[in-house]
Amino acid sequence: MLDQEQGYVTADGRQIGGTVMDMRNITLRFGGVTAIKDISFDIREGEIRAIIGPNGAGKSSMLNVISGFYVPQEGQVYFRGEKRAPMRPYEVARQGIARTFQNIALFEGMSVLDNVMTGRLTQMKAGILSQALWRGKAEKEEVENREICEKVIDFLEIQHIRKTPVARLPYGLKKRVELARALASEPKLLLLDEPMAGMNVEEKEDMSRFILDVNDEFGTTIALIEHDMGVVMDLSDRVVVMDYGRKIGDGTPEEVRNNQEVIDAYLGVSHD
Amino acid sequence: MTEPLNGENGLRSVPALFRRNAKNNPSAPAYREKEFGIWQTWTWTDAASEAEALALGLIDLGIKQGDFVAIIGRNRPSLYISMVGIEMAGGVPVPLYQDAVAEEMAYVLGHCGARYVIAGDQEQVDKVLEIQSDLPNFEQMIYLDPRGLRKYDHTHLHSYAGILENGRAKSGALAAELKSREDALNYDSTCVMLYTSGTTGRPKGVVLSNRNIIEAARSSSEFDKLGAGENVLAYLPMAWVGDFIFSIGQAAWTGFCVNCPESQGTMHTDLREIGPTYYFAPPRVFESQLTNVMIRMEDAGKTKKWLFDTFMAHAKKVGPAILDGKSVGLLDRLKYALGEFMVYGPLKNTLGFSNVRIGYTAGEAIGPEIFDFYRSLGINLKQLYGQTEASVFITQQPDGEVRSDTVGIPSPGVEVRIDDNGEVLYRSPGTFVEYYKNPESTADTKDPEGWVATGDAGFFEPDTGHLRIIDRAKDVGKMADGSMFAPKYVENKLKFYPNILEAVVFGAGREKCMAFINIDMSAVGNWAERNNIAYSSYQELAGHPQVLGAIRGHVEEVNRSVAQDDMLSGCQIHRFLVLHKELDADDGELTRTRKVRRKVIGEKFEDLVNALYEGKDEIFTETEVTYEDGRKGAISATLTLCDATTVAPAQKIAAE
Repeated sequence: MLDQEQGYVTADGRQIGGTVMDMRNITLRFGGVTAIKDISFDIREGEIRAIIGPNGAGKSSMLNVISGFYVPQEGQVYFRGEKRAPMRPYEVARQGIARTFQNIALFEGMSVLDNVMTGRLTQMKAGILSQALWRGKAEKEEVENREICEKVIDFLEIQHIRKTPVARLPYGLKKRVELARALASEPKLLLLDEPMAGMNVEEKEDMSRFILDVNDEFGTTIALIEHDMGVVMDLSDRVVVMDYGRKIGDGTPEEVRNNQEVIDAYLGVSHD
Repeated sequence: MTEPLNGENGLRSVPALFRRNAKNNPSAPAYREKEFGIWQTWTWTDAASEAEALALGLIDLGIKQGDFVAIIGRNRPSLYISMVGIEMAGGVPVPLYQDAVAEEMAYVLGHCGARYVIAGDQEQVDKVLEIQSDLPNFEQMIYLDPRGLRKYDHTHLHSYAGILENGRAKSGALAAELKSREDALNYDSTCVMLYTSGTTGRPKGVVLSNRNIIEAARSSSEFDKLGAGENVLAYLPMAWVGDFIFSIGQAAWTGFCVNCPESQGTMHTDLREIGPTYYFAPPRVFESQLTNVMIRMEDAGKTKKWLFDTFMAHAKKVGPAILDGKSVGLLDRLKYALGEFMVYGPLKNTLGFSNVRIGYTAGEAIGPEIFDFYRSLGINLKQLYGQTEASVFITQQPDGEVRSDTVGIPSPGVEVRIDDNGEVLYRSPGTFVEYYKNPESTADTKDPEGWVATGDAGFFEPDTGHLRIIDRAKDVGKMADGSMFAPKYVENKLKFYPNILEAVVFGAGREKCMAFINIDMSAVGNWAERNNIAYSSYQELAGHPQVLGAIRGHVEEVNRSVAQDDMLSGCQIHRFLVLHKELDADDGELTRTRKVRRKVIGEKFEDLVNALYEGKDEIFTETEVTYEDGRKGAISATLTLCDATTVAPAQKIAAE
């Protein structure tokens, strides 16, 4: 099923393309603590790839390695076939990778619209002077960027809070605003760190629909970390399971569900 | 009927009005919608051309004259235009309530046998697909918003844009067919079919002809001198007759512009941006806006609060008189002008009412305090009385003769009389053709001479000639001792308190009246916050002893006021309870236009009614609830039943 070049076809009939990101034998240490131990897996064009595991399994660290925020001590990250050198966050963003955070990282005092507009920052090219005077290129750029942001706002149905300061929003909406900011940069690869943590059932259903719609409408490749097993199994095409920094499972939700090691990690093993 | 078969200047159908507007005012705005943060405009040329393209596309799809086409979605220009396009092609548009659950839709779609459905988005498409096996006549569906629908099976599904494109491409071949269908439209052909929500029984399909719609639109536009420069905000359900008259009938007749909000949540922002000149809202909208203003004023600083209180008191004193053009002293006028600058103007701006020339409220009685609040600000808010069967208008209040307790004089062209049993009857060019596939009901409602029974009991005030509505005729009953029982009269008095959202009074054939109360979550919730009362759910707040105490205060005040009326003093509330859930249309307790279904509630909560009459102090109850997506669940609660003091009418002594 898994052909390196050809990709594969999902259960619901979507064609998944070749490898976008390839993680080869990644090991990440913080002093004496090994957060990630020799993990390899890939993310393919157009798929929804989940990373799951119990608390402290190293999921967020893994996402930070993918996003380039952490540089692993061992192993290589290949992005679109090229080995990735350590880089600054804005360089990652320019490559077409966007992310949301487990603990919301928005500008609380700014309006939703302004927050979403920051997602366009890496695309803005006008100089300081031109921006300050609001002439020529700056004006044209802002109009174009605003249009993209408005499409995202419409897509995520947050028109009613467009001008509301983020600090005044409930948690579920903040999460949606964060997703909007990530989408505004028109990413090829979208990284979601626990997009549904702390949400109620209705908010989770909404968020799941948005994630599926993003993947469907824009063809965005999505890698996500999630705790809620029901959500993960419904949403994702392939799942990586981590436990204590090791990879203990990798495959379709069905395969992972029947993996004995995964069941043990989640339900515990009896010791007698 | 003496009206000519063809309307004025050959304008015999709504499509003909669209064509006229496109010819006379080609670049004037017809519809606007905020999308991507910007108001997008359809000129009359755009609107007529889109309607034509849709008509051609539908003909290509196989629509036959007389076919029903259902429209389901929120207020959007393309959906309004599509109703006209359907009529152009010879079909009959049937707008449905977009928040109806699938099974409600199944009845209506099955009843009219709609062959085509135009759905606003994926949610509506899903609902129709869910019930399509019960709909033998249903063939094709057209959707407006393609989002999420890409992977759906498209054998019976088409995008709206695709249909338009196809229609435009085929215009050469089909133009003659379209022209002959359009020419066949006359004053008697059906313009629209609307299902009445009905406080009892199944919804009925009210067939309205072009004559009904155009005559009603014409005379009402003349009554209020509406012109092409008006702006309205279309935010009420498209399935409601009022929206059809305002957003299609009057808009097409006068050529004014209809603005559609960006989404449900942006209604108030959009209202402020558009600043409508002609505005319609049911009383609950005015109520909730007033409640919001009051809540926010509670949080304002001392100076602002003082300014607000002082000038509002002055507005209350002289505002309505100034609005009615009566003589007011110079000093009072100056103070009012200062108030306009300091308080009223900014407040109207915040509410989005700065430009309102004519505002209407209808559907329910409006509280006198609420009514006077808006009028004292200088907003020309009036009442009208109407129903679907009349193409809205039965009576209206003329400028300068506005009061909160009457519904005005008969609208132009409408004859109104009171039957021997007190029921209001009317006859007008707007009177509906028939109930679709229901000759018995048609005969019951409309007599051979064209008089229609409204089902409301009312009387004309002898000195002013204004109509006053007492209650639904079938709800007005007798209590055990033979005195008159008019539940609505008491319920309205209760609902005028901001804390009370809904009230249902029982008492027909009984010795005493009892009441169910629904609290208003925003008002009571704010009060709880202010007084440090912790609660975790609606249910807990509704059952809080202090809330019950406050409600008891309101009930007792109402009792004192009801006792003043000799005829209705028997309707005082002896006992009441605060319901553990909000009455909801999804549970069938309210109609889609939010009117109380007394009978359904009485049956569903029979245990509670009995407990009230048996004099119990507490009762445990379990209630089935329907969620928005149609799933069902149950909630249970132990409710406290409260006593309220009543007043003896003559002696004014506490009875209990």
